[in-house]
Amino acid sequence: MLYFSKWKAFAILAVSAIICLMAVPSLLSQSAYDSLPSFLQRKIVLGLDLQGGSYIVLQVDAQSVRKIRLEQLRDDARRVLRDAKIGYTGLAIQGEAVEVRIRDGQDVEAALTQLRTLALPIGGAMASAGQLDTDVSRDGNTIALAPTSAGVQARTIQAVSQSIEIIRKRIDQLGTTEPSIQRQGADRIQVQVPGLQDPSRLKALLGQTAQLTFRLVDNTMSPQQALQGRAPAGTDVLTSQDNPPVPYLIEQRVLVAGEDLTDAQPGFDPTTREPVVTFRFNTNGARRFAEATQANVGRPFAIILDNHVISAPVIREPILGGSGQISGNFTVQEANDLAILLRAGALPVPLQVVEERTVGPGLGADSIRAGLIASIVGATLVALFMVATYGLFGVIANIAVAINVGMIFGLLAMLGATLTLPGIAGVVLTVGIAVDSNVLIYERIREEARAGRSAISAIDAGFTRALATILDSNITTFIAAAVLFYVGSGPVRGFAITFGIGIMTTVFTAFTLTRLMVALWVRWRRPQRVPI
Amino acid sequence: MRLLRIVPDDTNFDFIRFRRISFPISALLSIVALVAFFTMGLNFGIDFKGGTLLEVRYANNTLNIADVRSRLESLDLGEVQIQEIGGDGEVLIRVAQQPGGEQAQQVVVGKVRAALGEGVEYRRIEVVGPRVSQELLSYGIVGLMMAVVCILIYLWFRFEWQFALGASIANFHDIVLTIGFMAIFQIDFDLTSVAALLTILGYSLNDTIVIYDRIREMLRRYKKMPTEELLNASINSTLSRSVITHVTVTLALLALVLFGGRAIHSFSVTMMFGVVLVGTYTSIFIASPLLIYLGVSTRAMAEKAEKEAKSANSKAERLAP
Repeated sequence: MLYFSKWKAFAILAVSAIICLMAVPSLLSQSAYDSLPSFLQRKIVLGLDLQGGSYIVLQVDAQSVRKIRLEQLRDDARRVLRDAKIGYTGLAIQGEAVEVRIRDGQDVEAALTQLRTLALPIGGAMASAGQLDTDVSRDGNTIALAPTSAGVQARTIQAVSQSIEIIRKRIDQLGTTEPSIQRQGADRIQVQVPGLQDPSRLKALLGQTAQLTFRLVDNTMSPQQALQGRAPAGTDVLTSQDNPPVPYLIEQRVLVAGEDLTDAQPGFDPTTREPVVTFRFNTNGARRFAEATQANVGRPFAIILDNHVISAPVIREPILGGSGQISGNFTVQEANDLAILLRAGALPVPLQVVEERTVGPGLGADSIRAGLIASIVGATLVALFMVATYGLFGVIANIAVAINVGMIFGLLAMLGATLTLPGIAGVVLTVGIAVDSNVLIYERIREEARAGRSAISAIDAGFTRALATILDSNITTFIAAAVLFYVGSGPVRGFAITFGIGIMTTVFTAFTLTRLMVALWVRWRRPQRVPI
Repeated sequence: MRLLRIVPDDTNFDFIRFRRISFPISALLSIVALVAFFTMGLNFGIDFKGGTLLEVRYANNTLNIADVRSRLESLDLGEVQIQEIGGDGEVLIRVAQQPGGEQAQQVVVGKVRAALGEGVEYRRIEVVGPRVSQELLSYGIVGLMMAVVCILIYLWFRFEWQFALGASIANFHDIVLTIGFMAIFQIDFDLTSVAALLTILGYSLNDTIVIYDRIREMLRRYKKMPTEELLNASINSTLSRSVITHVTVTLALLALVLFGGRAIHSFSVTMMFGVVLVGTYTSIFIASPLLIYLGVSTRAMAEKAEKEAKSANSKAERLAP
């Protein structure tokens, strides 16, 4: 146990040194860090609980995914049946399916064939022989189209991916540093924005679907009459966001939608000096908007964002240039945010905030200070105690523990892991148990010496016997850390990471460094009796 | 320099006989813990209960706790807890989960901000919706059970089943006592508490295994020694290590309790109780004596070894041409 070939000793020292050195980039200033070659640009990220910032979890609601799919199926069914010239009645969403009654019994088979084309394989056209996203079933003359749960699930996953892109665009506009946007599970998105103190603006930006449409206002009756239950077919009553809300009777047909915008910028109206949002359509949008305004001069049209009327100006002349402005009693910030939302595009589904944690910079700084003091005090106390108990061997143990801590940080940097306050606690605890491996070894050496072995033989036997125990006892602790990593989130996961890494480095240093240092000492001093 | 020796060489305490006292004590404490758990309950933090938590600071002695209370109570947000912390103008505000799903939780922060007005530093804001809190709770419970099962399986592979069972009973005892402690002192029970419980579990086992390892070693070596004497010898020979390690862990934890900051205070205190008080006691006074009742004895081991040797022999004979 005490013999090391030169190569082995060198390898041990080299591995330890390299891992420790990996921690160095994390200590450098930003400019020095940026000048490093890219393979060295790996550093420990401070958790939001230490650097301050906002953590928000958004959820895609499977119910609204299903609802959107149902509406789409209803519209597609209408189109398909109309194209095939099949007569039908009562096409509507009933619970979790779209139902339609075919007028003529002879057409049912043809209708079924047509409607079956609406059921798409899950995973797109590339997936062969997969499941379909819609169940098409027949009951007499009635055909039902029901989205399957696998289909809804696939769409939810897809909606999450699309939403992540749009959220990223929206957040990038805020100009915060290094936001992180990640998928969490099947239907969630986790957003972390370091340094953000007040997430209310962020939440306002993320909480809106930002579906912009331009539609005509129906003037055939007043919105009050329509609200009393006689709304013409193909119209909705939508309200403005004023207080009290003003109702408008709006046609369902969309003239132009937000997808056709190429740009949106906040600005000021040259005459009223009011904040407005100016926008520009793409070619397709510009053409459609020009046609619509040409045909409807003198009528009001409405600009609608997420089912609320922002404004409803009257078309005074055809708008042919493909650009325009939205005014709606905005504040400067509101105009700014609306422009951001329009530039980034609409979310495919509404998102809900299900969890939010924000730490101010003051508390973060306090936590760093607390963690630092606790680490220094803890390490000093343990180190002093070890020297008092084991003398020179205590010093060896302390060196091993110091390298151990250096390696923890090096590995954290290599993994790009996040250091949280519980994570620092994990390091402090590791110092507490890392010395345990030394204690096990030293106590065993003492015992073997008492049993009458010579110094060198006692040291050798002490290592041999203690190492098996060290392995056994650390594996169980490691299992606990692994489970914690698996079930934990945020700061707790940070604890699991440092604690788990700490256990591995502890076992490593016990098997190599401590043994190497003791072996070198034995070779140098040729001890006659055990010094502990 | 004379080195510190906390435990003298060659101690010979009769730990095993002490079980006649330690077992009833543990049974009693476990009952107390369970009663506390079922009557007082755990003080669930917002991780598991949902709701809103705000930590705010009023600069330069402008804090008027009565004023804060009256402002918040006028909001009609249901149960609102207001607690002064630290004495540095800091207040912890907890608002219970609002009825009406995820969206309903989102208005609380805005209302509280409006009610408190200007001149307040928001140090921490946490909002956990009903869905997430439900999940976190089930994750926590599943995590604890998973850890126990995984460790059990590992021990079963590495040791005889008696040892695995003994360690699990000792483990269970640790968790019950720690949960009882958290119930009695109404320590915040949140995700970090689950982390604390899992760590306590790991530590306590770590300790138990060091002693079990020694017992196993002695069983192989001293086949004729009476079981109780063997168990005692194993505990005594590892006693110095147990004590020294617990001093070092205590020192590290003490630093965390005293200086680690409030964010991990309940974590550190729980660990202190679980690791230092319960963990050590359990591995020495519960886990090891338990082995007697689980049928670990020098004679059984000797018989088993003989049997194995025989079957190995017969196998060898069968294999022989």
